[in-house]
Amino acid sequence: MTSILTIGLSHYLSVAMILFIIGALGVIFNRRNIIVMLMAIELMLLAGNINLVAFSSYAGDLTGQVFTMIVLTVAAAEAAIGLAILVVAFRPRGTIAVDAFTEMKG
Amino acid sequence: MSFSLDLAAVFLPLLGAIIAGFGGHRLGDKGAQIATCVTICLAAVASCFIFHEVAFLGAARTHVLFTWVQMGTLTTHWALRLDTLSVVMLLVVNVVAAVVHLYAIGYMQGDKGVPRFMAFLSLFTFFMLMLVTANDLLQLFFGWEGVGLASYLLIGFWFDRPRACAAAMKAFIVNRVGDFGFMLGLFGLYQLCGSLDLNVIFKAVPALVGTTYHLGGYSFQALNVIGLLLFVGAMGKSAQIGLHVWLPDAMEGPTPVSALIHAATMVTAGVFMVARLSPLFEYAPAAQTFITMIGAITAVFAASVALTQFDIKRVIAYSTMSQLGYMFFAAGVSAYGASLFHLMTHAFFKALLFLAAGCVIHALDGEQDMRRMGGLARKMPATYALMWIGGLALAGIGIPGLFGFAGFYSKDLILEAAFARGTWFGYTAFALGLCAAFMTAFYMARLMILTFHGDEADGTPAIKAAHAHTHRAPWIMLGPLVVLALGSVFAGVLGVGSFGGAADGAFWQGTLFVLPAHRVALASPVPFIITLLPLVMALSGVFSACWLYFKRPDMHERLVLRLGPVHRAAANQFYFNELYDLIFVRPARRIGLMLHLKVGFFDDLYDFLFVRIIQKVGAALWQRGDEALIDRFGPDGVAALAHKIARGAGRAQTGYVPHYAFVMFAGLAVLVGWALVRG
Repeated sequence: MTSILTIGLSHYLSVAMILFIIGALGVIFNRRNIIVMLMAIELMLLAGNINLVAFSSYAGDLTGQVFTMIVLTVAAAEAAIGLAILVVAFRPRGTIAVDAFTEMKG
Repeated sequence: MSFSLDLAAVFLPLLGAIIAGFGGHRLGDKGAQIATCVTICLAAVASCFIFHEVAFLGAARTHVLFTWVQMGTLTTHWALRLDTLSVVMLLVVNVVAAVVHLYAIGYMQGDKGVPRFMAFLSLFTFFMLMLVTANDLLQLFFGWEGVGLASYLLIGFWFDRPRACAAAMKAFIVNRVGDFGFMLGLFGLYQLCGSLDLNVIFKAVPALVGTTYHLGGYSFQALNVIGLLLFVGAMGKSAQIGLHVWLPDAMEGPTPVSALIHAATMVTAGVFMVARLSPLFEYAPAAQTFITMIGAITAVFAASVALTQFDIKRVIAYSTMSQLGYMFFAAGVSAYGASLFHLMTHAFFKALLFLAAGCVIHALDGEQDMRRMGGLARKMPATYALMWIGGLALAGIGIPGLFGFAGFYSKDLILEAAFARGTWFGYTAFALGLCAAFMTAFYMARLMILTFHGDEADGTPAIKAAHAHTHRAPWIMLGPLVVLALGSVFAGVLGVGSFGGAADGAFWQGTLFVLPAHRVALASPVPFIITLLPLVMALSGVFSACWLYFKRPDMHERLVLRLGPVHRAAANQFYFNELYDLIFVRPARRIGLMLHLKVGFFDDLYDFLFVRIIQKVGAALWQRGDEALIDRFGPDGVAALAHKIARGAGRAQTGYVPHYAFVMFAGLAVLVGWALVRG
């Protein structure tokens, strides 16, 4: 029984790419909420993870999947720190709108 | 283990200098004294161990620390070369420095610059150690200049005294003259050997014997020329006749400085250099002859001046010059071992004499004139006894075959070597050395008699008051004296077997080189009567001084009258200062004044020739050239441009995080794309 559509490596990669692009656009065009920006970054990271898993399965090498676990761990830690920074940054401003963070303006 | 020991011996003084120099204001006087004294004493202990290892166990070694200069074919390294020659110096420098550091605690008490003083002393010690452990002439030169600098700083330590400042400058400038010769010698050596590394030079020298320099139709042996130039440097540093004028004036510095720098260590750097380069000087016979003659003449000249001086420190300073003369003529007749032996014994007894004189000066609140002293023996018996030890060691008193003070052995060896070497300059040096030995004993006895014996001088009420509250030296000043006195008593008898042997003997382990012909000459037997002569001269010097000053005070006056002009010349230091003043200082000053003051004619001439034209040209250039052209495009233009660029670059910083993120992604995309396209 052959299906018309065999899900192969390129499909996984396409999904990952789409996820990555969504994440990138989310970072660039999001103006309202820094939490959304953090989520977008997380999305890009996951896209990378999907790539790793896809290639790992394709090449029959478990290393990629093991590595994904590590990346997920680090991502969790990073998210925690990011939120902590966010809380600190929120206090003096009273807002988390991205447009409110303009200290770097030259 | 041995490496860290070596590092400690050389770099601990530097550490002490840094701590006291930069932390002095925070540590206070006590802290600076403790820091420098502890480090220097540790260094002295370390150098004792190193001396034992190297000199007796034969563990000579060279540590290359790192590369200093690497330029074209010139490569020099910082290194610690520890062979017998350098560990002898290491030991002398560190031990005397440690003793002087301790003494300085007592001597400088109450001075407002104690941390600075201690830091300079330690810094000096470090430079001196760099000098003696150099494996490379450039490093030696570094130490050479470093000790000169430290000497300048310490002579001028009391910088609120104009005379001290002048003396410091004099020392620095006169040494520059010598250093110029030294540098020329270094250039010549580098040109001939292609390196300043000692081992390379020693290997190259024998093949260079035939090399000549041509100048104005004459040709000179290259090695002779280089040897002479290097010796000019030594003359400056070691105050030999001609370039000696700075040393007596250097006595303006505090007495510990005189003891450490201007008696025991720095001034012997020239002797050390000649011994270190013995493989070179052995092949430069003309330079050797010159060294011998200069040394012998200095020995007599300085001793004769010392006979007539009344400043207690000046007497000892001239005595130092005279003894350095001995060392040089010993080196000149190839008796390097005897030369270094005398260097070592001299370091002990001369430092002792200076420090004892310091006790006297300290007790009399800065009085240095011996005519206003006298009768101090009862008030400061310890200093009196110790100074006699130093004096007898300097005069070279001893019982042949039984025991003698340090100078007895070393001076004897030098004079015997000069006699054994034969040839005209050997005999001349021997004769002059004998005269100097007589004078040495005489002025030493005279110093002791004027200072300690007789009646208390009748002087002004201020002097009387000073005498009245003469205080004994504190233990911190007497302790160091005792150490040096032990050295003055026993250094000779202990060292004569090893140091005094032939320069190429087992003790020196090949660090001193003597040509076979010279070795044969030096080994020739010396008549017994000749070996006795130095002692006879010394004893007669002491006794005639005693006779003259105790029994026949009237004779003294008559003698001075009879000698008339000779005595006057000696008392005025043979007019060297006046001569240099006439030849160098005054013309230079006159030219300077002429250029400085309004000397009408020249001013008008210059005004007419240059000033007006230049003014006009200048005005034109200023308005048309400067303002219109250069300023507009130069400074002003560049400034405006920088401003504009900064404004533009500033505008790129919007402060919005998404913008930065976008630029990051764009940049990443471009880089990845480029990498893909490039393959």
